[in-house]
Amino acid sequence: MARAAVLGRLTWQLGEVAELIQETPRVSSLVLDVPDWPGHLAGQHVDVRLTAEDGYQAQRSYSIASAPESAQVTLTVERLPDGEVSPYLVGELRTGEKVELRGPIGGYFVWRAGEERPLLLIGGGSGIVPLMAMIRHHAATAAAAPVRLLYSSRSIEDVIYKDELARLTADDTGLAVAHTLTRSQPAGWEGYSRRIDGEMVAEVAWPKKDAPAVFICGPTAFVETASSLLVESGYDPAWIRTERFGATGG
Amino acid sequence: MAFISRGFRGKRRDTASGSRVPPGQHVVDDFPVLSAGPTPRVPLSEWSFSIVGELDEPKTWTWDEFRRLPSETVSVDIHCVTKWSKLDTSWTGVSVETILEGVETAADYAVAYCDGGYTTNLPVDDLRGRQAWIAFEYDGQPLDPEHGGPARLLVPHLYLWKSAKWVRGISLQAEDEPGFWESNGYHNRGDPWREQRYWGD
Amino acid sequence: MRQSDLKLDGNAIAGLLREIFTMEMTNAETTCAGCGKVHAVGRVDVYLNAPGVVVRCPACEQVLMRIVRGRGRYWIDLTGTRCLEFKE
Repeated sequence: MARAAVLGRLTWQLGEVAELIQETPRVSSLVLDVPDWPGHLAGQHVDVRLTAEDGYQAQRSYSIASAPESAQVTLTVERLPDGEVSPYLVGELRTGEKVELRGPIGGYFVWRAGEERPLLLIGGGSGIVPLMAMIRHHAATAAAAPVRLLYSSRSIEDVIYKDELARLTADDTGLAVAHTLTRSQPAGWEGYSRRIDGEMVAEVAWPKKDAPAVFICGPTAFVETASSLLVESGYDPAWIRTERFGATGG
Repeated sequence: MAFISRGFRGKRRDTASGSRVPPGQHVVDDFPVLSAGPTPRVPLSEWSFSIVGELDEPKTWTWDEFRRLPSETVSVDIHCVTKWSKLDTSWTGVSVETILEGVETAADYAVAYCDGGYTTNLPVDDLRGRQAWIAFEYDGQPLDPEHGGPARLLVPHLYLWKSAKWVRGISLQAEDEPGFWESNGYHNRGDPWREQRYWGD
Repeated sequence: MRQSDLKLDGNAIAGLLREIFTMEMTNAETTCAGCGKVHAVGRVDVYLNAPGVVVRCPACEQVLMRIVRGRGRYWIDLTGTRCLEFKE
């Protein structure tokens, strides 16, 4: 099944929207039923294609948010103000309707539960999505590797999966989460209140001696900063895998 | 045919502008930034523009010398091979005709070369006669680096990939030499009115 | 949009490379013909906002690959990649 997920034929399929979940004011999850879905690995994505009646097409990539163990394929999409595809997926598309997608795609930015090394996940904004697939996969398999997540958001309202992350942490699944809110914080906020920096990374990251597996995802500048900070702190670049999201198109 | 997404229209695309819009293009209101690499940043004190190749003596202008050349402001329509067109865009620049004044050459071909390594080729005839400018202002403001500043080539009658950003010179040549995109699938001339997008078009 | 947002990585062209090579390529390793450094395709710099895709070496910024797609054809230039290594 895992091997098929990286070699399966890449053809366009139709997924039917089973459920729409509003995660934050700008972000929603689309839970899709995809017949003949070959299965996927945590961290992979799909390409979504929209076609207008006059034949005009637009295509974008979206990370899969659901664990491989889930029967349905969940995409979590941020509606970008100047976007072309995201305002359709978040706002126009209705339950019961179909969307064209192909996948799963990707093999580099992937985490498998059999991996024994401690896991460090660093996400900025919607970069949390593929990391959430890894976290859900970790929980579903009761994986042994301990996980630390450092998650940067603008404000508490923008934190995607907030309640689920709190629940997974409380349920002693081996997950610890550190949030940083960079623009505004609620009264009594006890998490970080600034952009990621060396001090924050030093407090959250696994010690070098643990040789952790690291996945960083988010806007390019965020990913480059986080990666540099880790390497400066002594992490081997070979431990770090990155995925850059752009604001291009949307 | 692919599955039609109910209610999907894509970005508002105005294709109704008639004779000003070449085939397959749509008009946009914004000014998309296309980039094949990192944006070069050259201090004006280090910038120069040159004419080299098949001519008696290469010519070079520093930024100050270049800005002392007669310039003009033109309003033109621009057409990108990625299908967007922008009408009535305002540019200020030195016409290539002015740059070539006094240059004796038998060369039929030109290659524009740029910071960052980009190149594009054109027949010299496409650069003459107020068809091309070295533009340093867009819409009355100094040209933004992301749009090719400090100066870019502007050749509005061809697809916009010929309007090389971050231009630093023109090489006049006896032989045609396909540039960055022309050597990798894009049409050698790129006339939007004949929809010359790819090899073989 | 910040300029840096225009630079993505090989993950962004995983689907396109799958079309061309018919297998997952983000774990493939490229050796830069310019500086000789080796990077996973998932890690290389990718510029998509262009008439074609331009892939650059993260270390020296030289072009590793150019991919253009149009009129039912692909044009691929791999001359900037001295060697491409991937598992069966």
